[in-house]
Amino acid sequence: MANRIFSKITLSKNGYPTISLTLRSLSAGPPPGTPPPQTKIKFGPLADEDRIFTNLYGKHDWRLKGAIKRGDWYKTKEILLKGADWIINEVKTSGLRGRGGAGFPSGMKWSFMNKPSDGRPKYLVVNADEGEPGTCKDREIMRHDPHKLVEGCLIAGKAMGAKAAYIYIRGEFYNEASNMQVAIAEAYQAGLLGKNACNSGFDFDVFMHRGAGAYICGEETALIESIEGKQGKPRLKPPFPADVGVFGCPTTVTNVETVAVAPTILRRGGAWFASFGRTRNSGTKLFNISGHVNRPCTVEEEMSIPLKELIEIHAGGIVGGWDNLLAIIPGGSSTPLIPKKVCEDVLMDFDGLVAAQTSLGTAAVIVMNKQTDIVKAIARLLMFYKHESCGQCTPCREGVHWMNKIIYRFVDGNAKIEEIDMLWEISKQVEGHSICALADGAAWPIQGLIRHFRPELECRMRKFAEVQQRASC
Amino acid sequence: MLPTLRTVANGLRRSLGLRSLQTTSTLQSDNLFVHRDTPEDNPDIPFQFTTENKKRADAILAIYPEGHKRAAMLPLLDLAQRQHGWLPISAMHHVADILGLPKMRVYEVATFYTMFMRKPTGKYHVQVCTTTPCWLRGSDEIWNTIRENLKLENGETSKDMMFTLSEVECLGACVNAPMVQINDDYYEDLTVEDTVEILCDLKEGRKPKPGPRNGRFAAEPIGEPTSLKGEPPAAGFGVRPDL
Repeated sequence: MANRIFSKITLSKNGYPTISLTLRSLSAGPPPGTPPPQTKIKFGPLADEDRIFTNLYGKHDWRLKGAIKRGDWYKTKEILLKGADWIINEVKTSGLRGRGGAGFPSGMKWSFMNKPSDGRPKYLVVNADEGEPGTCKDREIMRHDPHKLVEGCLIAGKAMGAKAAYIYIRGEFYNEASNMQVAIAEAYQAGLLGKNACNSGFDFDVFMHRGAGAYICGEETALIESIEGKQGKPRLKPPFPADVGVFGCPTTVTNVETVAVAPTILRRGGAWFASFGRTRNSGTKLFNISGHVNRPCTVEEEMSIPLKELIEIHAGGIVGGWDNLLAIIPGGSSTPLIPKKVCEDVLMDFDGLVAAQTSLGTAAVIVMNKQTDIVKAIARLLMFYKHESCGQCTPCREGVHWMNKIIYRFVDGNAKIEEIDMLWEISKQVEGHSICALADGAAWPIQGLIRHFRPELECRMRKFAEVQQRASC
Repeated sequence: MLPTLRTVANGLRRSLGLRSLQTTSTLQSDNLFVHRDTPEDNPDIPFQFTTENKKRADAILAIYPEGHKRAAMLPLLDLAQRQHGWLPISAMHHVADILGLPKMRVYEVATFYTMFMRKPTGKYHVQVCTTTPCWLRGSDEIWNTIRENLKLENGETSKDMMFTLSEVECLGACVNAPMVQINDDYYEDLTVEDTVEILCDLKEGRKPKPGPRNGRFAAEPIGEPTSLKGEPPAAGFGVRPDL
């Protein structure tokens, strides 16, 4: 939107209204990143030509030749020559928010790094430690479209004035790491990376670093510790990584998807990206639909697509039909579940899901139908968090362990009804009292369960008590 | 001694109707944290990188800045594990020598990460994901099938050193659930029959084909595609004019 039109209605001498138009140029308008007014009302399905990840399913060649044919590395030099401020402004205009779960505006995050150097080198760290149960989007990018990520690293690196990028990939993704390594080597050989990358006069390196199986290393400061060859235990903030990050240098940690969409945004324009989804939630997004659906899949869709539509169109509906739906975890294991009546009309974006007392997270939709033992499903998630707690903060190390023990009793109903409130209280005590958000991630599923399935819990406990009583008689 | 005392004390408290609040066990990890010398794992067993792996180690060290070579810890430990099959204490010492670090610094890393196997591990490490997304699609059946087929429990290794079985947390292939990882490869969209077939192939020395087993290629919905139906647009499609 180059110009904003302000209309003023005044009454003329003879009593008829006249409309005077005032044109304001962009320079006098709001700064980039100001969300445009909401005009669109229908979201999704996305047209094929608007998809960023055109090789999501690996049908085509993932190597450099195929990637160039699909439009990667097209005019990268021109983008780099436009300069850091142009890139950051364009990302701000696009309204891109971090795809790793927290949804922080990417343009703003990148701009924190774009300041005069104090002599220390700057680093870009790409978080490919995808471990949140339900989430498997970055894997598809790295094995089938690795050049999007490599090019994204170069462009994001330019925007931040970084010296090098480290891609921290989870250790289990061996084949994905190997595809990425091949893509990086190809880019070096073609002169797209390294000294004078793409003939733009900018020097940039990209390195792969494999993790070794710790979910906590997906937290940005734990990831930094892990790259430095230490235990993956999160650091206290401040200082934030933008001041003191990996190797003591300013660092930005971003998700794979955020970096990989950047080149296409810059090529097609921030406004193009902002035209999808509701304002402040703009863009396209990879959704993972797993669990009780007929055709589980990963798909790129427009933000703000209604959840029901997403499942019906791409995942072939719920096993047993829509009416057989019990609950959905909409954004990866750490987000609270929502029951069927909320699923009917909720929009899949940051604001829509916050309004439903949950969160978009990584957009990993876990579907559970009425045949699911919902308490067991959440208890299994708690087991996951118990296993993955790094043990640094007491509320998390002990609290998650307690919650896990209690919820496994709830599975059988072996508890008193008052204990539901006790569990709620523990989850509130755990939440927000640790260095990183792992404890919150463990507390929210519990809170979601109690919020929406309290009658189910109570019913189990009553049944268990009856059986016990009959046995003792 | 201490656990016995604790059991007795807990029993006493319970009979008196008292409940203790703090009952967390000291064991947090699935594996033993401490090292115990055994004939196959003790500091006297020599460990050296092979010439080939030495070159790899140098290449790994080269990507980290001067003064921060410690960053190569994870990749080097992984390299040592790949050479030896698992990670003995002498390999940790060797890595500590290369990086010029106290041994303790290596121990604490090797015990923190679950992918470092500090016990002798079979030729095939079968890791079954049983976290909620896989569990919803029947990972319990797969887990039980493998347990019965291999006659192993969680964390055990077969006597012929062919198989190690582990129950693991989310492996990040949730839309292809249920799945198992065998060494570096993912086997996805499994049924009980597929699982038995894979184990049979491994036992007979064949390498089963990794990837989804239900006929799809990757993470696309099975059957008719719902997106990405045609050829992808060529380079330059939709590019802004001022670039």
